Amino acid sequence: MSADSLFRPLASEDHTVQIEFEGTPFTVPAEVSLAAALLGCGIRHTRESAINGRPGAPYCMMGVCFECLVEVNGQANTQACLVPVRAGMRVRRQRGAVCLAPWEEEGDE
Amino acid sequence: MSNAVIDLIIIGAGPAGMSAALEARRHGLSVVVLDEQASPGGQIYRQVLQADARRRAVLGDDYGAGATLATDFLQCGARYLPNAAIWQVAPQCQVHYLVEGRAEVLQGRHLLIATGAFERPMPIPGWTLPGVMTAGAGQILLKGAAMVPATPVVLAGCGPLLYLLAVQYLRAGIVLEALVDTSHRSDLLRAWRHIPGALRGWRDLLKGLGLLTELKRAGVRHFRGASNLQIEGADRACALSFDSQGRSQRIRADLILLHQGVVPNTQVSWSLRLEHDWSEQQLCWVTRRDQWGESSMPGIFIAGDGGAIGGAQVAQLEGRLAALAIAGQQAQARPLQYALRRARAARPLLDALYRPQVGNRIPADDVTVCRCEEVSAGDIRRYVDLGCLGPNQAKAFGRCGMGPCQGRQCGLSVTEIIAERRHVSPTEVGYYRIRSPLKPITLAQLAGERLSVEEPS
Amino acid sequence: MLKTDVIVVGGGLVGMSIAYGLALLGRQVSVLDEGDDAIRAARGNFGLLWVQGKGYRMSPYAQWTRESVALWPRFAAALQADTGIDIHLRQRGGFQLCLSDAEMAEESRRLDWLRDAFAGDYPFEQLDAAQLRARLPGIGPDVVGGCFSPMDGHVNPLKLLRSLFAACQSRGVRLINGHRVDAIDAIAKGFELRAGAQCWSARQVVLAAGLGNRALGAMVGLDVPVQPNRGQILVTERLEPFLHYPTTYVRQTDEGTLQLGDSHESTGLDDGTGSQVMAAIARRAVQCFPRLGQVRLVRAWGALRVMSADGFPIYETPPSCPGLSVVSCHSGVTLAAVHALRLAPWIAGEFDDSAVKPFGLQRFNLPTEARHVC
Repeated sequence: MSADSLFRPLASEDHTVQIEFEGTPFTVPAEVSLAAALLGCGIRHTRESAINGRPGAPYCMMGVCFECLVEVNGQANTQACLVPVRAGMRVRRQRGAVCLAPWEEEGDE
Repeated sequence: MSNAVIDLIIIGAGPAGMSAALEARRHGLSVVVLDEQASPGGQIYRQVLQADARRRAVLGDDYGAGATLATDFLQCGARYLPNAAIWQVAPQCQVHYLVEGRAEVLQGRHLLIATGAFERPMPIPGWTLPGVMTAGAGQILLKGAAMVPATPVVLAGCGPLLYLLAVQYLRAGIVLEALVDTSHRSDLLRAWRHIPGALRGWRDLLKGLGLLTELKRAGVRHFRGASNLQIEGADRACALSFDSQGRSQRIRADLILLHQGVVPNTQVSWSLRLEHDWSEQQLCWVTRRDQWGESSMPGIFIAGDGGAIGGAQVAQLEGRLAALAIAGQQAQARPLQYALRRARAARPLLDALYRPQVGNRIPADDVTVCRCEEVSAGDIRRYVDLGCLGPNQAKAFGRCGMGPCQGRQCGLSVTEIIAERRHVSPTEVGYYRIRSPLKPITLAQLAGERLSVEEPS
Repeated sequence: MLKTDVIVVGGGLVGMSIAYGLALLGRQVSVLDEGDDAIRAARGNFGLLWVQGKGYRMSPYAQWTRESVALWPRFAAALQADTGIDIHLRQRGGFQLCLSDAEMAEESRRLDWLRDAFAGDYPFEQLDAAQLRARLPGIGPDVVGGCFSPMDGHVNPLKLLRSLFAACQSRGVRLINGHRVDAIDAIAKGFELRAGAQCWSARQVVLAAGLGNRALGAMVGLDVPVQPNRGQILVTERLEPFLHYPTTYVRQTDEGTLQLGDSHESTGLDDGTGSQVMAAIARRAVQCFPRLGQVRLVRAWGALRVMSADGFPIYETPPSCPGLSVVSCHSGVTLAAVHALRLAPWIAGEFDDSAVKPFGLQRFNLPTEARHVC
């Protein structure tokens, strides 16, 4: 939990896991949604709009608003409020449109 | 591959869905309940089975009451599918859903839509800034993650949920920077005529009064009749400015929770092209149903907040009544119908007391209305001037409603903005055409959809 | 009662292109349109400006299509000048992708016929899998080959519709919407149209109401053989640009979303979607570009093509009904330019366009029973 966080756990968490956000490791409570975990880490914005780059962050926390879209383990546009944290999760901001991996990686057909 | 047809498929494991499942099982029907969350309870009883004593103390008695219902539900013999995202419902009671990344299909004889409610949008300037969330989000963090604000928080808007959250935060020792209340004392006057009917629901009224008393005793700054709300900040929220009782105010805060009531989650019902009516009392669309909750499409029922806002008690009763009708046991309905009338009694008063202000529903030109596609209220008005009569033409011209949320956040606003611009009623304007997928599904998942092998319970 | 030179019935791509063209000629035009929830092919199409393969065994249609595509830059420039809206016209060519040898053979046969019909002046290339992979990186192993034509292109169809509305508005076209015409009567100097208690009259009437032309035609004793043909489209989340040419199965829009098609069903007026066709479209898209498996579908819809009995446009000014024109087609995007810049002048009587003759109703050899004569 960062000093800059908007949210903190009600009680000290006994069960935690490690995840990665934008390459930085964070220790988070084990049984929470990814959105809750990110808010607890002091992360203020979790995506940038594909239309105008507007920074977005979780808003409704129940899967309705789609503001909390992040990239999880390579899968783009994942609603963070609907996925539970898992140890070793690699999370990145959803920056605009989805970037499919370069075609060259496909190799020769 | 056999594919047994289920007597009753229920969408949603909140109070309406759970109660319907229990009732249907009592009469020997095969039941499948699908829900997006990992455990039953819906929003009001979110994660009630996982809540420890401390959390229950903070959240209050009403919340704890849901534990019995959820426990009974899990034992009633209904097949419960958590973590299921429904992406399509076909009119023949065929439900397409995703679970663990697999696309499956269920076939039912009857369908009960118990999708509950979500927050009414509150499009005020700055509402899209990071640091702005809903009161519902605050409750979800509390119930689901046992997390509370770590910075002084401002609550803004109106409605009993706002006051409830404020009290819950007080009990948890959180600093409430201010409660910025958009309801007026004049709302109370307008609400007077509903008192006689509401007296049958006096428990609800006393509850609301009790919450406000608790806040007053704690010395929370409570600004009434707030208008002209604006959230300030460059790339994150830093303050809320507003007018209240003749004075302009500016309150600094990094976290601002908005709320102006909840509205039915009608994505499934609209996608099925069921009949809806605009409720001027509740300022939202309500599904047209008979006394049993059957919609305009035979075999498809709706119960709870997903049809019209009524609260948890109403939801449970409506769920049970729908199940009785589906089971052909209407004769047993009388006591439930009586209880339902009583449970609904206070609703008109609550609606009048906490009516969201028009300025917070129909904003100025430069306020974003469609967050997904960054469409402003002014854009919508321009499309009307160009010849758009309703939200579907506006969508074609400006992409509002085309983003991933598929109109959940902007639909009501767009309907009301167009109605106001055209000087007609929202009924005449209509609503977005809601299409599948109701939730995003990957092409690989869609390509791999298979019919589910079903064992009757 | 409104009096105007021309009433165009139908505010879709066909109606608005013609209204625009007529307004450019200085005619006073009113467009009658239905409400927000009307069935509108204008809101449900792939945005293709497609030439290759069209007009197989009907070379006038191939010719007409080519003329439209050649006029498109001028049309787009006029719209942009009038409205400031960039409709993202791209005419750099397009690909027909083939997932079987049979498909490839059929496509080649059609294109060869068309090349002969144009005495060799019909540019296209047949590409095998390797050649295709060089042009369209990421193409899947199931794609056996394709055909590229430099004549093909695409545009943003919704921006096109909006800019047509804006351009018409700027040129004084009057939009009368929220009405459904239920009667058309010939009067002394033209026609009177009614929708309930409302009434409008004009010297000329253009029926451009898509599937609605069937009922409208019947009001003046015409049998307009158009039927709905449903196509379902899948639309994905926004992707970074990777597909720079439209193909018949997958197209990336200027917004970054992918549109996936193509399907044909006879479902009457049901413009919904069904998971079996959707799954088939998804499978085919992933066959074409395997990387798309992980891409999310955000929206799907069905739209009803306006199909004439032989699939070709209908342009008719019935001798029994002077002053009335019937216009219908299923390629309202491709033909928008020629509708505005050639068909509108023909409707206005500015000149007699022989290119239009093959598309009259007489080709259907409909029985001439007793009709209401205007």
